[in-house]
Amino acid sequence: MEATFNSIIAAAAPLIIATMGETITEKSGVINMSLEGSLRLSAMTAFAIAFWVGNALVGFAAAAAVGAAIAAIIAFSSIRLKLNQIAVGFVLTLLAIELASFLGDSFVGERGPRVPPLPIPFLSDIPFVGKVFFDHDLVVYFSYVAIFATWWYFYRTRPGLNLQGIGERPEAAFARGIPVNMLRFWYTVLGGAMVGIAGAAYSLDVKLGWRETLTLNLGWIALAIVIFGGWHPLRVAFGAYLFGALQVLAFQLQNVFPGVAQVLPIAPFPLMILALVFVYSDWFRRIGDRFPKMRNLLGSEAPAAMGTVFERE
Amino acid sequence: MTRTQAAIPTLVALALALTVGVALLLVVGAPPIETFRLLVEGSFGSASKISATLLAWSPLLLASAGLVITFAAGLWNIGVEGQVIMGGIAATWVARTVPGPGWVLLPLMVLAGAVGGLLWAVLAGVLKTHGNVHEIFGGLGLDFVAAGLATYLVIGPWKRAGVASTSGTDIFRPEAWMPELQAFGVGWPVIPVILGLLSVLIVWMLLRGTLFGLRLKAVGSNPYSSFLLGIPTNRYMLGAFAIGGALAGIAGTVQVAAFHHKLVPAISGGYGFLGILVVLLAGFSAVWIAPIALFFVGISVGSTQLDLQLGLDSAFGGVLQGIIVLFVMFGGAWSVRRASNRLTPQEEP
Repeated sequence: MEATFNSIIAAAAPLIIATMGETITEKSGVINMSLEGSLRLSAMTAFAIAFWVGNALVGFAAAAAVGAAIAAIIAFSSIRLKLNQIAVGFVLTLLAIELASFLGDSFVGERGPRVPPLPIPFLSDIPFVGKVFFDHDLVVYFSYVAIFATWWYFYRTRPGLNLQGIGERPEAAFARGIPVNMLRFWYTVLGGAMVGIAGAAYSLDVKLGWRETLTLNLGWIALAIVIFGGWHPLRVAFGAYLFGALQVLAFQLQNVFPGVAQVLPIAPFPLMILALVFVYSDWFRRIGDRFPKMRNLLGSEAPAAMGTVFERE
Repeated sequence: MTRTQAAIPTLVALALALTVGVALLLVVGAPPIETFRLLVEGSFGSASKISATLLAWSPLLLASAGLVITFAAGLWNIGVEGQVIMGGIAATWVARTVPGPGWVLLPLMVLAGAVGGLLWAVLAGVLKTHGNVHEIFGGLGLDFVAAGLATYLVIGPWKRAGVASTSGTDIFRPEAWMPELQAFGVGWPVIPVILGLLSVLIVWMLLRGTLFGLRLKAVGSNPYSSFLLGIPTNRYMLGAFAIGGALAGIAGTVQVAAFHHKLVPAISGGYGFLGILVVLLAGFSAVWIAPIALFFVGISVGSTQLDLQLGLDSAFGGVLQGIIVLFVMFGGAWSVRRASNRLTPQEEP
């Protein structure tokens, strides 16, 4: 039991990092659609660089740079060139996937460095809780920090309020002297860097090594989880842990019923559709109406200006 | 701006894209000139290569034409991959169950493919109009479900006698093969090409010369105003999904009846997503679909040679296609920006 919960926390960690990054980006009003490609190219880069240098940390830095660079292209083409964010994001997705296959070809099957385990002294000795939450490595601890910091920043700080402002009402934010487009650019780059770190976590921590199917479809899942989470860091994290639990459960089921192995890889997708139907259903909306104080947590409205271009008059 | 001036950013973008491609080849230590020679030779170097390229061109044309319709309605029909697959599955079902000669069977397979793609697309549409699930996620989810269904059928109910392998079902009986025209010593995929070109023509006429097309474009550019003006927005969106899905489904029929002659798990050949790139590059208009699709499919078919001849990963073709689309989009946006800057002299930045 302890071990199961421990592996759920570990399996969800990269997804947490990626979804927090995307939540920050989308809250600021920009959609980074390229997650499927960003994760894959950054996972490949992380492995290639870490393998070459012999140091996992350098791999993480390189992956963050790749994720940030892709995000910067999306932000630049949206803000300066006024191109459709979804179009650019989709093209970059396909491009990054192919680039990862093309450049990563020679690294398939190699063994590289990995993130060392790092149980936290004392905390990891607490019965159950210690084993589940504090017997991990730096990637998992970073995922905790990401959840808490994102939540704190959004709802407890002034810049976080501004961040919500530029995603909801950019005109109003601009009128109050907030540099909308500059902030959007940097929040998109920050979100992209986090997606890159998540990619590195897959090839250097969770699964080890590089192959084309390493992060297969997890980028799309991450985008859906952000919607499922209603752009609220805690609910997004809940969605990511739920998916992590499903992954671990599926893995264990595979040993019990070998027949389901072929069906399991697609199981998340009908679930994803049902989950999205659920959060947009009248039923769920009524629950949200009943608890007005928890509006942020239970709402499912996208940031009002998400995906649009802000132009000052 | 004259037409030649408008072409300049595109040409610059193409040149830049090519430069990046060459740089990438140098990075991995591959000979650039030889690579590009193989790309061209692998797709247009002989009669049989040209025939293979045309055969791949057809489903790409069908998928792209369908996407022009859904894009006109302002929809991101990412579910197109799944629609191609469902078309292929439906056509395979007909090929396996319906008896009779080819002139009965083949039209039924085309019809079945269209219905299969249509239903899958309308499902994504209903999820959007009635479930508020954005078509990107509804469509994407259905893509993977369709792919899973194809795999399940190939290794399960429709497995080859005795062996269950992912290499495909039994080969269809010859009546279910689309007949080829023999000339210059090879078979030419005349029926698929006609289907593909016809689909582009129909879509072009639909958008250009009909009330339906006009209203569809209105829905695409501003759904709210269209609704206020009395256009049943949801019905038009579902109509666009239906047409787009039907054309994508016929692409699936072509894949099973003219190319594989059986159902394989990867039946879509990636033509759905490639179609999205083609339509983006064509600026959402039907006019340029045919040449751009031929160019892209040439890269795809040619790149399979890279693996065989140079040991280079065939993903290079996809990389090149992505870079080209990205740079041309940038080029277009850049020239628009420059033109508007010239019209409205900007105050200090």
